[in-house]
Amino acid sequence: MTVLLAADNISKRFGGVQALKDVSLTIRAQEIYGLIGPNGAGKTTFFNVLTGLYTRDSGTIEFAGRPLRLGSPHKVAQAGIARTFQNIRLFGNMTALENVMVGRHVRTHAGVFGAILRTRAQREEEAAIRRRAEELLVYVGIGQRAGDLARHLSYGDQRRLEIARALATDPQLLALDEPAAGMNATETAALRQLIEGLRADGLTVLLIEHDVKLVMGLCDRVAVLDYGEKIAEDVPETVQRDPRVIEAYLGGQVGDGAH
Amino acid sequence: MSRKTIGIVLVALALLALPLVLTQVGTAWVRIANLAILFIFLSLGLNIVVGMAGLLDFGYVAFYAVGAYTWALLASPHFNLHLPFWAILPIGALFACVAGALLGAPTLRLRGDYLAIVTLGFGEIVRIFMNNLSAPFNVTNGPKGITRIDGLAVGGLDFRATDRFLGIDFTGPAKYYYVLLLLLLFVIAVNLRLQNSRIGRAWVAIREDEIAAKAAGIDTRNVKLLAFAMGASFGGIAGGMFAAMQGFVSPESFVLHESIMILAMVVLGGMGNVWGVIAGALLLSFVPEFLRYTVEPAQKMLFGRLLVEPEVLRMLVFGAALVLTMRFRPAGLWPESWHKREMREGEAA
Repeated sequence: MTVLLAADNISKRFGGVQALKDVSLTIRAQEIYGLIGPNGAGKTTFFNVLTGLYTRDSGTIEFAGRPLRLGSPHKVAQAGIARTFQNIRLFGNMTALENVMVGRHVRTHAGVFGAILRTRAQREEEAAIRRRAEELLVYVGIGQRAGDLARHLSYGDQRRLEIARALATDPQLLALDEPAAGMNATETAALRQLIEGLRADGLTVLLIEHDVKLVMGLCDRVAVLDYGEKIAEDVPETVQRDPRVIEAYLGGQVGDGAH
Repeated sequence: MSRKTIGIVLVALALLALPLVLTQVGTAWVRIANLAILFIFLSLGLNIVVGMAGLLDFGYVAFYAVGAYTWALLASPHFNLHLPFWAILPIGALFACVAGALLGAPTLRLRGDYLAIVTLGFGEIVRIFMNNLSAPFNVTNGPKGITRIDGLAVGGLDFRATDRFLGIDFTGPAKYYYVLLLLLLFVIAVNLRLQNSRIGRAWVAIREDEIAAKAAGIDTRNVKLLAFAMGASFGGIAGGMFAAMQGFVSPESFVLHESIMILAMVVLGGMGNVWGVIAGALLLSFVPEFLRYTVEPAQKMLFGRLLVEPEVLRMLVFGAALVLTMRFRPAGLWPESWHKREMREGEAA
């Protein structure tokens, strides 16, 4: 399998806190890759470094064979990495459809003059944006909510909408930050189906998740962060038995059992 | 004909007849209507920056000043330049655009209160420049301002004089009214088109959540600069027309009070919604004038003398209106979200 993303020795420090210390990991094309770890282990920091919201102190990231430059999140989106947020960040006063249409921004070109003059190219592009956004809403299962304001959607639908907006940027890698947080069992099961469907459609998924059952059942490979360091990276079965992982989660030796 | 078409025709006829009716009441009212239209331009321009992109701007009047001084300098005996309107208006809009970008560039990282403070300072700086650019080279003629500015002239038609047409007298202000009405159609169309475009959505996305907008692939730096520049250009156009109509500009027309007034129109009407903003501009233009003309006679009739100066009362009513709006309609009289719901119901019907 080809490597899609290779992060090499990523470090990030906030004042006295070493949030990430020489983290290296590789994500292969079309796999579901889980990133887990106790609270404060640096998972979200890694996401923010990866998607350009934070600048990294050192290390390199190569994506789809090209080095990913520092900063500018919109360039990361352009390169083909899309993300969602741990605490959902939607455009609350825009409709669900408009939220997804914003995601098409990076793949479209119409400027101010096109909009003012309503040129043929602009109108066609606008229609294509709308069509694609409608498709994506249906794809994630909230097609009937297109006209509702994002802030009026239910929690689960907001999560789905955020995924639809991310998908609108035509990503190769979709990074989901705790998508199942706050979901009940039914919603989690539906989410799992959605993520598996994404992979079946050719996407690579990077998943931060606290729900260990979901991660272990869904991911092809899992990396574990603890205090900013990667302590394990392997298939779920192996990671589950890793004594360092057990120690990180449970704090010291508690027998041999995985859970 | 559908009811909608009939409605549009009736509104159009009313707008066309308005100056003729107002002239009967007094030419002053036509001037007030003209100023109200200028305020619509200004508040729509500011709506792009504040309402759509969510960038709080307290110095918007600076762009109005840039537009007015551009017209004043390019069409007056001051530099002995007399360019035609079709050259000056675009130049004024362009200068205002550049001024907008100049304000935008250093403030890209600021939001909310901090941005408000910087923009407030910017507005004052521009006014103080106008006030002091009379030495060593006399550019703006300082506090004395620039006089004898050319009015609008299209072909042989002078917009200052009264013309008789079809047996009806069209006064100068009435003729300006029609030009402004035409410009207004253009400005509204531009705003509506921008609002429902890729760029308009990007502006609103930045207002709603800047980090999410970045992650969704929006180059927030460029898009914000664009908001500042586009918003400013409407101020430039309004300024140009203001100078042409008044025939005189001086720095004291462009004080902070004006910026606050325009901001109040946007907020009162409903940030982000073109129609709401227009309603806000009309309301805040006409109600104070109405009070000015009614309060004095009313007091004289009731008390036999003037107890409260109309100007004082105006500001009192104005302040009370804003407080009440914020208390009962924090999103404005005609908020964006309502407008969206109406649109949706319209589509479904």
